[in-house]
Amino acid sequence: MEYPPRKIIAMIRAGMREEVLSSNSMWYCLSCYLCTCRCPRGVKPTELAHALESLAVRNGYRVSGTSTPAMYNSFVSSIKRYGRVPEFSMMVRYYLSIVPALLAHPLSTIKMLPVGIKLWRHKRLSLMPVKAKGADELTAILRKFREIRGVS
Amino acid sequence: MKYYAYYPGCSAESTGLGYGMSAQAIAAPLDIELAEIEDWTCCGSTPYGSLDEEEAVVVAARNLALAEKTGLDMVTPCSSCYVTLSKANMNLKEHPGLLAQVNEALAVANLKYEGGVRVRHIVDVLVNDVTTDVIASKVRDRLEGLKVAPYYGCQLVRPQYDSEDTEFPGSLDRLVNCLGAEAVDFPLKARCCGGSLTLSEEESTLPLIHKLLKSAAEHGARCIATPCPLCQTNLDAYQGKVNGKFGTRYNLPVFFITQLIGLALGLDDRALGLNTLIVSPAQVLKQMREVKSGA
Amino acid sequence: MEPRIGVYICHCGSNIAGTVDCEDVAGFARTLEGVAVARDYRFMCSDPGQELIKNDIKEQGLNRVVVASCSPTMHEPTFRRAIQDAGLNPYFFEMANIREHCSWVTEDREKATEKAKALVSAAVSRVYYHQPLEAREVAINPNTLVVGGGIAGIQAALKIADSGNKVYLVERNPSVGGHMAQLDKTFPTLDCSACILTPKMTLVGSHPNIELLTYSEIEEVGGYIGNFKVKIRKKAKYVDWSKCTGCGRCMEICPTAVPDDFEEGLGKRKAIYKQFAQAVPNKAVIDPKFCRHLKGLAEGKDVCRLCEIGIEKKGIPGCEVGAIDFDQQDEVIEVEVGAIIITTGFQVFDPTPIYQYGYGRLDNVMTSMEFERMVNSAGPTGGHIVLKDGSEPESIALIHCVGSRDEKYHEYCSRVCCMYSMKFAHLIKEHTSADVYEFYIDIRSFGKGYEEFYNRILNEGTVFFRGKPAEITNVAETPEEEGKLIIQFEDTLVGRQRRVPVDMVVLSCGLEPQSDAGVVARMFNISRSADGFFLEKHPKLDPVATMTDGIFVAGCCQGPKDIPDTVAQASAAAAEALSMISRGKVEIEAATAVINEQLCTGCQLCLANCPYSAISFDEEKGVCRVNEALCKGCGVCVGGCPSDAVSLSHFTNEQILAQMEGALQ
Repeated sequence: MEYPPRKIIAMIRAGMREEVLSSNSMWYCLSCYLCTCRCPRGVKPTELAHALESLAVRNGYRVSGTSTPAMYNSFVSSIKRYGRVPEFSMMVRYYLSIVPALLAHPLSTIKMLPVGIKLWRHKRLSLMPVKAKGADELTAILRKFREIRGVS
Repeated sequence: MKYYAYYPGCSAESTGLGYGMSAQAIAAPLDIELAEIEDWTCCGSTPYGSLDEEEAVVVAARNLALAEKTGLDMVTPCSSCYVTLSKANMNLKEHPGLLAQVNEALAVANLKYEGGVRVRHIVDVLVNDVTTDVIASKVRDRLEGLKVAPYYGCQLVRPQYDSEDTEFPGSLDRLVNCLGAEAVDFPLKARCCGGSLTLSEEESTLPLIHKLLKSAAEHGARCIATPCPLCQTNLDAYQGKVNGKFGTRYNLPVFFITQLIGLALGLDDRALGLNTLIVSPAQVLKQMREVKSGA
Repeated sequence: MEPRIGVYICHCGSNIAGTVDCEDVAGFARTLEGVAVARDYRFMCSDPGQELIKNDIKEQGLNRVVVASCSPTMHEPTFRRAIQDAGLNPYFFEMANIREHCSWVTEDREKATEKAKALVSAAVSRVYYHQPLEAREVAINPNTLVVGGGIAGIQAALKIADSGNKVYLVERNPSVGGHMAQLDKTFPTLDCSACILTPKMTLVGSHPNIELLTYSEIEEVGGYIGNFKVKIRKKAKYVDWSKCTGCGRCMEICPTAVPDDFEEGLGKRKAIYKQFAQAVPNKAVIDPKFCRHLKGLAEGKDVCRLCEIGIEKKGIPGCEVGAIDFDQQDEVIEVEVGAIIITTGFQVFDPTPIYQYGYGRLDNVMTSMEFERMVNSAGPTGGHIVLKDGSEPESIALIHCVGSRDEKYHEYCSRVCCMYSMKFAHLIKEHTSADVYEFYIDIRSFGKGYEEFYNRILNEGTVFFRGKPAEITNVAETPEEEGKLIIQFEDTLVGRQRRVPVDMVVLSCGLEPQSDAGVVARMFNISRSADGFFLEKHPKLDPVATMTDGIFVAGCCQGPKDIPDTVAQASAAAAEALSMISRGKVEIEAATAVINEQLCTGCQLCLANCPYSAISFDEEKGVCRVNEALCKGCGVCVGGCPSDAVSLSHFTNEQILAQMEGALQ
């Protein structure tokens, strides 16, 4: 996490748009909301982090130093394709999307395997993704929404 | 009989299978019916909100609209779905402009959201609707001698939607205690397990999981009970990794709270999906039953 | 008589003219019936503005005046005086508020101008019906009541008493002294608090002009400026203070030990006790909440009497002067005073709700006042700074802004905490060899000698970290942290999260209003600001008066402040009271109620409702009558009379109906 929340806010006030949106700081937010509950000024850093993430994506910033955006992407692609998130296929997409990183660190890839296998053995990882009934409807709704907002 | 529009969430069918099974299993004995919302789709959770905040509201809103059609309270077992749906609900109520746009998009599927749904977590329903008194009265096999660390996770209690304390809540403790088990003192009960970042930032999240397991063990817990599928997966599936990395030997089964309730109600282990738990609960349960029968 | 009304529209700089078209309104006023002259001017309340009115009265033969400007509470007296100077009865004047009721509540020029015209029209219609009234004067009772015996109350009482006037000083605790008596050394001079306070306490206890009523509370307040009637409840002490010598024997014998509030719960006292060693009056009281005998008496049992009779077996006698009196009852007395000064002080914020700071949960986390008692040589540990297990701490953390500058608890800054935290750092360095860490957001060292004090503390080696701690935890993450309290915070100057293990944590808790401030406010009919402290009449220009004439506030009950400011405010309040007393009389509103005896049926509804007891019933005639001297012109009787027999001067039905018609035209 490059900059703590307080520094991000100070950088925003200083107009340092590039530095803020290209930083990996907000991608580390776990959405635990402890900050929001404690802030004596009523600031909501969790919401701020998510807004910055959206802004970064919308403006095409590539973030280095974390593969969380790639993981989120595969999550969202699963939704768009299946209407739900069948974990296995989502994970496959995720790993495929970070192939270069995986190739650079083959050991950590292999280390992931035991957890996956454990989950599969305990019936928590279905290998075949099933498309939800409402998936097509969701796609149509999202398409219309983008149209209304004027985004592609 | 109380009826609820049930939103299981994606994990109830996969990594949270045990949760999905046990939640439905305890419904009838507790006189509630969890009527699964037909056709539900993913709520979007944290990832969608991070990539596109506004579209994420639509993704959640579709499910809110479907729930509204039933006229019932919308109940979900998954803490992340709870926060995502509640947040979307609040945003739609506070921003009529956004609601109008969302409804325009939903209209494509003949859906409309008027803002009338109450989103609730299953723990809220168990504690406030069914009540711990009623649950206690239906307990057949008291979990005497079972020391449980009640682990709330973050998103059940934060941001604050009702009266539960955001740092030191008590509802899960009460639920555990009413089953005859003993909820141990657990200072980190509402601290983060790492959430969805375990997959992409394992280095950063394993220490968090370690801290939680350490605190639970230090306070005498023999197992953990949680109402969040993501927390359960992190604490359960990664327990081995924590042991490997930190040289510890934790062997704490991580139950879903509904599984514990099911056990106390006398339901069958398989029906509660106990076999889906990676850290096996067999030893802990055997010890508990032996102590009870005075062996 | 033909009305000749002068109408003056004030611009008030741009306050009114910025929104209301004053020229237009003046032009409109000229068209109204009875208006002889209508002008608009920049500042009517100024000398030239007033001259305008006075000249017009003389040259144009005006017999009524209307000024459309600010609120009457600002300048009605100003203009009344002006027309009185020009020879007109001051009650032939009416003010139309086109500022607070008009230009200050909207930005719409058209609507504002329309409303201003309506208000002027209403005033013009009304003023025609005004009658000449004579202002009344009542004598001011030269006695003063001071409520609260802390340093503020003591200072105010002494200043007034020294002038030769009588003061009743009421304090709810058995002794005067307040929170200042609990302090050890005071910043920035490091004067010993008790050393500078006790001489004043003694003076107060022995001053011929001060009637000291401790262990007493105000029960009821009635009357008005110059003539307050106050009921005071002298709580039963169960000790005859005319006999008690303060020897302390009873306290030694008493078998019941209870937590001592003066020691912030860190020590114990007995059920019979003196509040502290230097108490003034230096006498004991029995606390009925804890005394076994008193509780037993309530059930008809004779439980204990050790303080009275002693322990025969051991040959220890009881009270030698026979001062114990279990039959004592509360006594309610009534006093009459002309001015009241409220100096009820503050209470310390309770940090229990801030879960992450561990107060009440973790050992060795304490509030500032608890630490004050610990470091005081007369305190429960004899001035030794010790941990719960009795050992000496090697490191102490002081956390600033606990409960202050926090919208979840108190938004305001408590003003004194930065300074007392630094004082603590100094005292710790004096008493121990511990490391001291201060965790702050900003350092507020605003007073005389304060910044210099800060430098002194820096030079003594206290380390200052800029960052409000996220939490205080005992969950260790490294071997060095085992058994310690860990402060987790972001060091904002370095830009990094850090953990600092310490042995003891002192929370610099803020100052908040007393928990019963609302009750006190209602009793005295004064207001409170949004933060709960008592409201001053004007934050800059009238900081010790309240909106209720004759009642003043001083000290922390008006807002958090240090001892120098408290003493200054107390002296200011005393000056205001003395100014009133030396004037000797106060002007009372001439508008009083008048009962038409022909219409009065003698139902006495008005009598029952009058808050000033100004109405009496004439048995012979069977009608009610208003005592003009007591009547405050509140109008309750007017509204309540079922026969419409009461009317209020200057607010007659005629006048009000005319005002309404004028507005609606």
